[in-house]
Amino acid sequence: MASVTDLSHHDVEAHHEHHLPTGWRRFLYSTNHKDIGTLYLVFAICAGLIGTVLSIIIRAELLEPGMHVFPLISAIMSGDGSLDAAKNMYNVFFSSHAIIMIFFMVMPAMMGGFGNWMVPLLIGAPDMAFPRLNNLSFWLLVASFILLMCSLFAEGSPGMRGFGGGWVLYPPMSSTVGTPGPAADFVILSMHLAGASSIIGSINFIATIFNMRAPGMTMFRMPLFPWSVLVTAFLLLLALPVLAGALTMLLTDRNFHTTFFEPAGGGDPILFQHLFWFFAHPEVYILIIPGFGMVSQVVATFSKKPIFGYVGMVYAMLAIAFLGFAVWAHHMFTTGMSLNAQRYFVFATMVIAVPTGVKVFSWLATMWGGSISLRPPMLWAIGFVFVFTVGGVTGVVLANAAIDRYLHDTYYVVAHFHYVMSLGAVFSIFAGFYYWFPKMTGYLYDERLAKWHFWVSFVGINLAFFPQHFLGFQGMPRRVVDYTEAYAFWNMVSSIGAFIGGAGTLIFVYLLYDAFKAKRLAGDNPWGPGATTLEWTLPSPPPFHTWETPPHIFGDEDAHAPAIAGQRSPA
Amino acid sequence: MRVSSDAIRAGLAALAVALVAPKAEAQVFGGPKPGEIGFLPPVTEIAENMFWFHNWILLPATIGISLLVLGLIVYIVWRFNETANPVPSRRTHNGLLEFAWTVAPALVLVVIAVPSFRLLAEQLIIPAPDLTIKVTASQWHWNYGYPKSEGGFAFDSLYVEDKDLKPDQPRVITADHEMVVPVGKVIEVDVTSQDVIHSFSVPSFGIKIDAIPGRLNKTWFKADQIGMFYGQCSNICGIDHAFMPINVRVVSQADYEAWLVEAKKQFASLDRVRLAAAPLVNP
Repeated sequence: MASVTDLSHHDVEAHHEHHLPTGWRRFLYSTNHKDIGTLYLVFAICAGLIGTVLSIIIRAELLEPGMHVFPLISAIMSGDGSLDAAKNMYNVFFSSHAIIMIFFMVMPAMMGGFGNWMVPLLIGAPDMAFPRLNNLSFWLLVASFILLMCSLFAEGSPGMRGFGGGWVLYPPMSSTVGTPGPAADFVILSMHLAGASSIIGSINFIATIFNMRAPGMTMFRMPLFPWSVLVTAFLLLLALPVLAGALTMLLTDRNFHTTFFEPAGGGDPILFQHLFWFFAHPEVYILIIPGFGMVSQVVATFSKKPIFGYVGMVYAMLAIAFLGFAVWAHHMFTTGMSLNAQRYFVFATMVIAVPTGVKVFSWLATMWGGSISLRPPMLWAIGFVFVFTVGGVTGVVLANAAIDRYLHDTYYVVAHFHYVMSLGAVFSIFAGFYYWFPKMTGYLYDERLAKWHFWVSFVGINLAFFPQHFLGFQGMPRRVVDYTEAYAFWNMVSSIGAFIGGAGTLIFVYLLYDAFKAKRLAGDNPWGPGATTLEWTLPSPPPFHTWETPPHIFGDEDAHAPAIAGQRSPA
Repeated sequence: MRVSSDAIRAGLAALAVALVAPKAEAQVFGGPKPGEIGFLPPVTEIAENMFWFHNWILLPATIGISLLVLGLIVYIVWRFNETANPVPSRRTHNGLLEFAWTVAPALVLVVIAVPSFRLLAEQLIIPAPDLTIKVTASQWHWNYGYPKSEGGFAFDSLYVEDKDLKPDQPRVITADHEMVVPVGKVIEVDVTSQDVIHSFSVPSFGIKIDAIPGRLNKTWFKADQIGMFYGQCSNICGIDHAFMPINVRVVSQADYEAWLVEAKKQFASLDRVRLAAAPLVNP
């Protein structure tokens, strides 16, 4: 192990510390995977905070029946305190909350942030395959975010600002019928750019992982996080062009009088839903699969044990990704699909539970027999396994069209996807963040604060979303600004939970401040003998350029076990 | 669907006839109640089968799996934490175990799939209707059209603002004119929209179907009990999405006929008939 580390030190100092860019040039022009990863993470944290504030305001409105908060917000933001402006702003808020959390928080954090930072380090590559594309990918995302912000201030429905038709952008709500003003165009263009950014990024990941692995790092010796990024990159590459097509048709419908989705001209709004979900179902796996990879590595590290059933884990991810393209219309059971179509989509959707179960049980089996230390990354990873299971089983419930007919578009669905996203995906992001933060910055964070962050968030977010199952059973539709008094109790519980979760986020912000202020040095490997992947053999933070001389991965090349730098693989 | 529960239901129905029939006013309140955590009261056979399927098959499976995982996590953290188990095992494979946890979930899914598919067919194969009602959604109200056989009229159903509510009417989910249907009859609902996509939903009947411009979607119900049933628009449709209540009153045949006489007078005279001008239903 030592020889690898020494090599990299030597290599860096000998050749590359003489022309490091500094100041704004370093980041604006950056082609370095670590700097771009940092940019993505900072961007994701900022977007995540904005999205969280939106959700807290939404939950504040839903704290009690009646409309109390949004008339005020609307009066402050647009000068129009009328009830209609308030209702519109509520719709704009939940639509923006979803778009921000999906496209500007989870995706940039997982793929852009951890993917860029860690994939080259984990596979022993000096950088990404196309460093300039990498730069383009990030700055396109910033442009995309600016377009989304523009939409908030552009006219949407007549006399109203912003787009309030939900992140799904269903026409005619998103066509000139529902949103005549340019707010919808801004959202469409924003998603176009975000899509282009992700396609470029995914091409980069695929090229990097296929071509730039260190000698001895065969595909089936690669750690699970690069595997998960590879699978996700393929999902992005295949799904996003379909979204781009649908969005382009929507744009021409809006601006050039085509009628792809306009029944009066022979079009069909349901066509958009098929195209959209053909993208968006893989998209929801895009949001969780990198999390699988991070959780796998964290669980293995803190159990001090290699991952259980490594090959099964890889094939499970591939199976989930493959099936993810074959189940899109389970989001459309109430659109009037034929019986046979519904039968197929019920069947295909339920099949996904099998590889998902393999993953959950493999994580548990990795922990079984291990020597578990409950440090912050492990807490988040274990929390992930539980909340992802809860969100997964309610997914099996919803897969049954017969019962989805009742629960579709109720708060049950809101509870389900927040369990897999707001708890699942976000927990895995925090697991990854707390795992790699010392590596990326060179500083230790206050582990006591990190544990507080976990427990406050865990209690708060569960309290926020679990009662929403009950509201769904009671028939409360989602995306409503006001509700009948009978729903008051569980909504209040849910809002209180959301506020507690928000307090957890404040702990996180303070933890960041504290970590950078206190400057406790992390050392190469703060996690001990369980941390066997390549990045822990580098200094913290790693030098600007790493693995210019590829590390050699020892061991039996046929062994289906994650590679261990500088060590013979066990058995 | 299930012999035993069918038998029980038949028995209960007989009991209900004996007990309830004399006082026809025993009405079901088909809306949400404070603090409740379960389904709204089912009044169609489909809804009863749906709730049975959820409560006796899906719910035990979901709770069971969640508790199994939670239990395993708690046990593993207690048994294999670093103080209790300082030396980790190196075991990374167990073929039999991996086979088992692949096959066992698949078997659970088969158990779920059988009733699920049967129920799906019950929902989607529409029996010959006794009455067809055309439901037309627009921003932001519903319009209910009755066929010529019933007098050929249509009327808008609008949200009732808080200040106009009667004391016993729930806020937000009360409409001014409800759809009225006779008890025990197969009602087909043909749903479409004039502008954006809305969704017609009555939880107690177990129905939800999107109202889509340019399409005519169909669903059906046969309500077994009289009462007032509440639903809401279930697809984001603009600023007043939350204020598109769906009210369906199920009444006895006699009450229905009495209502028809009144409704024909009331709604035929209004220009609200415009939507009924081209009803798709024939007598």
